[in-house]
Amino acid sequence: MRRFGDFDTCEDAVQEALLAAAQQWPAEGVPASPRGWLITVASRRRIELLRSETARRRREEAIRYGPEPAPVSAVDDSLTLLLLLCAHPALSTGSQVALTLRAVGGLSTAEIARALLVPEATVGQRISRAKQKIRDCGATFSLPPPAEREARLIAVRQVLYLIFNEGYTASSGARLHRAELSAEAIRLARLLRAQLPEDGEVAGLLALMLLTDARRPARALPDGSLVPLAAQDRSRWDAAAIAEGVALITATLASAPIGPYQLQAAIAAVHDEATRAQDTDWPQILQLYGMLHALSPGPMVQLNRIVALAEVHGPVLALAQLDLAEDDPALRGHHRVAAVRAHLLEKRGDLPAARAAYLTAARLTLSVPEQRYLLARAAAVGSPDGGPASAP
Amino acid sequence: MKYLILIQSNERSLAVWEQLTDEQRMEFGRGHLLLTDEMDKAGVRVASEGLADPSLARWVSVRDGRTVTSDGPFAEVKEHLAGFYLIDCEDLDEAIGWAAKVPDAAFTEVEVRPVLDMSGWEF
Repeated sequence: MRRFGDFDTCEDAVQEALLAAAQQWPAEGVPASPRGWLITVASRRRIELLRSETARRRREEAIRYGPEPAPVSAVDDSLTLLLLLCAHPALSTGSQVALTLRAVGGLSTAEIARALLVPEATVGQRISRAKQKIRDCGATFSLPPPAEREARLIAVRQVLYLIFNEGYTASSGARLHRAELSAEAIRLARLLRAQLPEDGEVAGLLALMLLTDARRPARALPDGSLVPLAAQDRSRWDAAAIAEGVALITATLASAPIGPYQLQAAIAAVHDEATRAQDTDWPQILQLYGMLHALSPGPMVQLNRIVALAEVHGPVLALAQLDLAEDDPALRGHHRVAAVRAHLLEKRGDLPAARAAYLTAARLTLSVPEQRYLLARAAAVGSPDGGPASAP
Repeated sequence: MKYLILIQSNERSLAVWEQLTDEQRMEFGRGHLLLTDEMDKAGVRVASEGLADPSLARWVSVRDGRTVTSDGPFAEVKEHLAGFYLIDCEDLDEAIGWAAKVPDAAFTEVEVRPVLDMSGWEF
């Protein structure tokens, strides 16, 4: 997310990706999707693009008639100002998270320490150091200059998403305290959205959090072990949160310039709309990952796209793309590559190789629940009958 | 991300220690104190300790519900843990930066190990 700085270029890229996607769909053929909102959106975009002929033409017009007012210009709410200050670029992300929780979330230093699993003194030091750095930079409790605003808002969204993930990815230990972090991130995103209702990415982030958090009741067993998406008891998903998230992302995709959080929310929505794992609309997920990759390329997006590709076109093609993806230095030797490779090899029926890859992934991961899951898969594919397809 | 910086004592490090002047040994100790302080100020230090001589160690096992202790087999042990820093920082690169400031790194080497955690994304 940190990588994209030029919004115009991103905007063009996603428009082109959307256009390409829309053109790939046959004129009459609507993919078997429980909701056609993605198609609706892409078609709408295509019509817009055709009307204005090219994105370049639109840029030329923008220059002639002057830039559109930045959506952030209306910011005057003190909470938003505080969020912008906490996401100051001079701070490390760890400090941004601690300061946001303290200054905006109102959590005590002790609460933050429990949630982040570090000593209270460490958190206290991070917060006072962050405040000092902000003072040293001469930053004030006011709106950053217009040129910096969007970059700062990107950082604000990232901090909220980090806080959410800190809570969401916790599966045991201080689970309760950490779950509060996700709730806090959702609360702050709601407040920010109330101040910036026109910001499609704030709405997308909120929708993404709602649609992800909806799966929380089914994602881990009481002993802390992870349940993969395909094996989750979907009746335990939070239907109200899914309904709210789907409504929000549907409305946002239809009106705002599209961004990475909206696309990730759309992917989460497609998963959440499948009553059974086998009903998942993988072609649509693959399209969405293609767009996300065009808009905001990153190693994890690439890996997830390859997983979706395997569901649509089979493991052989996906394995070939995984070999290419591994040339990215960010992915070389990464445990996720080994985990995806194991999954694809298992799908292809090459169980000894799958077992070796599961064991490699288990050795490389830093997550205990993931390690447990990967070792269980290695044992399952190593057994004579291959074990159940996706049980943890 | 948490990382453990491990400082081992072995024949090589003992040989280095033997050659240091008193002044250098004082400097070495001060280096650890300064590093601890710097880590605290940066908000990264979770814990750090130096360990007592291994001759003071006790080896503990439980068999049939009974706790059995013994003195260590230190005669054959050529290397033992002498101290550690447990830090919480952004990534491995930052952890390596901190490890490079451990005074021992200038003479022998220190080890940086990522710590397992209980977090995890669903697959």
